[in-house]
This record gives sequence, structure tokens and C-alpha cells, in this order.
Amino acid sequence: MNENQALIDLFQQFKKFAIIGVSQTWQRPSNFVGKYLLNHGYTVYPVNPNYQRVLGQVCYPSLSAIPYPVEIVVCFRRPESLKTLVPELLKKEVKVLWLQLGVINKRVKDEAESNGIQVVMDRCVKIEHARLFGGLNFMGVNTKVITSKRSRIVFN
Amino acid sequence: MKKKIEANREFGFETKCLHSGQIPDAATGSRAVPIYQTSSYVFDDPDHAASLFNLQTFGNVYARISNPTTSVFEERVASIENGRAAVALSSGMAAITVALTAICEMGDHIVASRALYGGTHTLLTVNLKKFGISATLVDPDSIESFSEAVQSNTKAIFIETIGNPAINIIDIKKVAQVAREAGVPLIVDNTFPTPFLCQPLNWGADIVVHSATKFIGGHGTALGGIVVESGSFPWDNGKFPGMTEPSPGYHNIKFFETFGDFAFSMKIRMEQLRVMGPSLSPFNSFLLLQGLETLPIRMERHCENASQIAHFLEQHPRVKWVSYPGLTSNKYHQLAKQYLPMGAGGILSFGIEGGVEAGKRFIENLTFLSHLANVGDSKTLVIHPASTTHRQMNYEQQIASGVLPELVRISVGLETLDDIIWDIDQSIGKSSESFS
Repeated sequence: MNENQALIDLFQQFKKFAIIGVSQTWQRPSNFVGKYLLNHGYTVYPVNPNYQRVLGQVCYPSLSAIPYPVEIVVCFRRPESLKTLVPELLKKEVKVLWLQLGVINKRVKDEAESNGIQVVMDRCVKIEHARLFGGLNFMGVNTKVITSKRSRIVFN
Repeated sequence: MKKKIEANREFGFETKCLHSGQIPDAATGSRAVPIYQTSSYVFDDPDHAASLFNLQTFGNVYARISNPTTSVFEERVASIENGRAAVALSSGMAAITVALTAICEMGDHIVASRALYGGTHTLLTVNLKKFGISATLVDPDSIESFSEAVQSNTKAIFIETIGNPAINIIDIKKVAQVAREAGVPLIVDNTFPTPFLCQPLNWGADIVVHSATKFIGGHGTALGGIVVESGSFPWDNGKFPGMTEPSPGYHNIKFFETFGDFAFSMKIRMEQLRVMGPSLSPFNSFLLLQGLETLPIRMERHCENASQIAHFLEQHPRVKWVSYPGLTSNKYHQLAKQYLPMGAGGILSFGIEGGVEAGKRFIENLTFLSHLANVGDSKTLVIHPASTTHRQMNYEQQIASGVLPELVRISVGLETLDDIIWDIDQSIGKSSESFS
């Protein structure tokens, strides 16, 4: 299996996202990501102690405060502020840790992976989804997807 | 849980020319790229429409901004230039204009080679000047002249891989170093070699522009242009507030923060294309895609024919000089070996005995080589730049740009090589008779 297929599987297998460090301001990338995931049928739990609601959803003060299962955690927090993250992920039985563009922390990546958590680092969840499932191609971006198989996705 | 994950395959140039950018569509499975001849696209509901306008969802709103046929063309050129993203425009000049005006504001400055296509020369010295953007044109053979021309308000360096019509080659890697030290992007017009012969982004350029009308389309049927970005320029270095500060032109989005390595393309799309409107028609995109499919084999033959003709002209007793970097005698031969190892391109220039008048007569006496203002057609094209493409320059500017009075430019086509040589030979014979 190649990297593209592994990401396609990830997006098809897991549907429940928590976004930690999400902003209430609509122009911010974290808000963009939440909106995009909601538009594409994913469940999104915003996490930020400063807000009650984000994107029309209840916003939780922490990961552990979410009363539902979470499969993917998308992280917009500063890379140096993630010391206690992996134990929280394990407690919540999270399957994937997605560290956004610029959130680079090799120690956290290694710690999560050695505990069986799949990690994607320094990539944007919205851009990668749109690269593989369509949308990003409409913006002239080099998706590096080469295939003769008919698209199964009706783009929106 | 642990799956063996391999790297994605890195496909070859020819495969990319045929496949990049197209996933056969869900509705029909059409193998050829469909022509989406439409001005606009329906929204699912008001929330979907708002998401598209806000750029929270990627998709199509209006064909001035994006079109699914054009986006295949954009991605395909981005792919073969080894870039991150591309934006197609209605012509090569539109591509250069939006690239420069997306970067520069009133009071900014551009350093450019002085050996440029006449239209680009006019854009830099006349049109942009009206908006308060100045340019210094420098000697393309002197790296020092580039670095000496950089000012505190310089925002870009602009060159052509192969200069038109002097057929000079610039040391891209060294100019890229000057740009890096100045903290500004190097923009390269890569029209003449196409990415098959040279990929400037691999040599340190940040942005590539093309007139796709030329070898990319390859058949003289459709105008088009494109801007490709590498995705690695540090727009947050303090010199480009238009990339890092909220955009008054589009919802106060910060382009670099929001779109990262394809922020420049998004800025062109949402600020330049949306407002100035030089979009490429989907039908032209289709024709340019047809051209791209055979680009590698056409370029091989263009280079082979041009090389043979250059050798023929070099031996011809009535030819004063030939400029083709593939010739070992050419002053750019070493640079050609470095930057154009697969071939020195399909364009050459030469001068016959007898000056301006002999140049004009040569063009009049041709049988099937076409006298017109274009290059990169499958047919062989000739022009006398001093009296046509570069005639808006004065004599001194022409000489500085390498446009000698007798210079004839040939864009060598794909006809039978012996026929092309025959037509050139018979015309030289008639044109320089009185001087022999």
C-alpha cells in the first residue's frame, strides 16, 4: 500500500474528529478545517477552553471532556505545548493523531507511534482530503494523483 | 494496525504529460478530458454556496475563477514543471502581468534581463511604470549586473530561460542565488524550452510563467498562459505583506497562513483572475492539453531539426552568423549543456550578408516557411524581429536586446528536414544575390 492509499483508507475508516486549538474566527485555518470536515459528512468536536460553541457545535474545554468516542485528533496547538497529549489520546482510545502544517514535534510523533497511534505530521487535513477526494484539483494544485479509475466521488 | 506503507510512485515526464490532473469523471468515465463549456456551477444550498465563496470548501463558483477543464491543464503543467500549483491565464502576457502585479505594489521595483520578448519589455518599461512599479533592465550575461541592480524596494527578478530573440541562455542557478540573497522570488519565462528541456524550479527559480500558445499547445491553434509556483518561497520574510496580512481584496483572508505552499496561486486566482478577468477559455484548455500529450516527442524532433539547420547555416557561405546554443561554437554552449542537456530548443536566429534589406528579402522569398509573429507551431515559422515583434523599441534598445538589424528568427517545425533546408537555401540564394 502506498502513502496515498493509506490516507484514503484513513479518511474512509474514521469519521469522528476532534479539533484541538480550534478558533472561532472563520478566516482562521482551524475554523476552515472544521467547516470543511462538517461539509464532507464528518463528525467534528471542537476543543478550546475559551469557547462555548464553534461552527454551531458544542465546544469542549479538553479532549477528555468530550462524552463521545473520538477517532482522529487534529492538532492546531503550538508544537511545544503537547507534553501531556499522548496520555490523553490513549485514555480516549484515539486512533490517529494529525499534527497540522507547522505543528512539528518529533518526540510526540514517536511517543504516539510507539503506543500504536497512527501519526500524520506537518500536513493539512483539509488539503490532504481535497487532494485525494477531489476539490484541490479545481484549484490547479499538483495533487500527484495519477489514475485511470473513474472517480467515485461526486465533488462538492 | 501497522501496515506496510510505501512511498507513492514518482511517475515519469511522459506519463505526467498524458495523465496528470485528470481523474476520469464520476458521471461518464470519459477518457478524454471533457470540455466543461459553462460560465457557472450550481450550488447545493445557501450554506454550500457560502462555503465555496469563503474558500472553506474547494470547488467551482464561476468560470472566471476556475473551470474543471482548465484545472486539468493547470495541474498537468504544475506537475511537469515540478511545481506545487498553477493558474492558467488567457495568454502568456496575461500570465506575466498577473504574476508581477500580484507581487508588486506602487513604489516597488523589478530587476529583469534586458534580452526579453518585446511585449514583456513594454510591460516592464511602459505599462507597469504607469502604476508606479519601476524596472531595471540588466545585462543577462553578467550575474553582477543583477545583484548590483537590486534595491531595497525590489520585489522580483525576471528572466527568460532562453532569451527572445537573441537565443541567449541565462545562468539560472546563479541568478536564483541573487534572488535568494535579496529575499525576492525569481520568475522565469520558460516558454522556449518548455519543461521537457528545462525545469527552472529545479534550479532554484520560485515561479515559472509560460506562453502556452507556443510549444505546449504546439499547433498554433489556441492562446493561453500559465503561472506555476514552486511552493517553497518564504513569503513571510517581511517583504510581502500582500501574502501575510489580511487581504482587503478577498474576505480579509491571509493567503500564506491559509494556503501555505500554494498561497501565491490562490492569491492570483482570488485577487487577479476574479477582479481583472484574464481567464483561459475551457476550449483553449482542451486544445492546450492535446498539445501537452505529445510535448516530449515533438520537442525531441524540434530540437533535432533545429540542430541540423543550425549546422547547415553555419556552413553556408552567405550566412554571416548563426545563434543556436546547441552549436559548439556558440557562446552559450556550456550553459546549454548544463540547462538544456536534452536539446537546445527549436528556435534559432541568424543573419545573412546584406543587413536589414537582405533579412526582409529572405522572408519574402520563402516558399512554405510561414512569415508570422509566433513560435512553437508544428509548422516552421520565420520572422524579422527588427521590423515586427521588437519594432516598438528604438535602435539602441533593439541592439541592447540582441535584435540586430539583419537578424531572422526561425522556429523550426516538424516538416521533412530536407524540405525546410531546401526552402531556407533557395531563399538565401535569391536574397543575397546582389551581394555575391
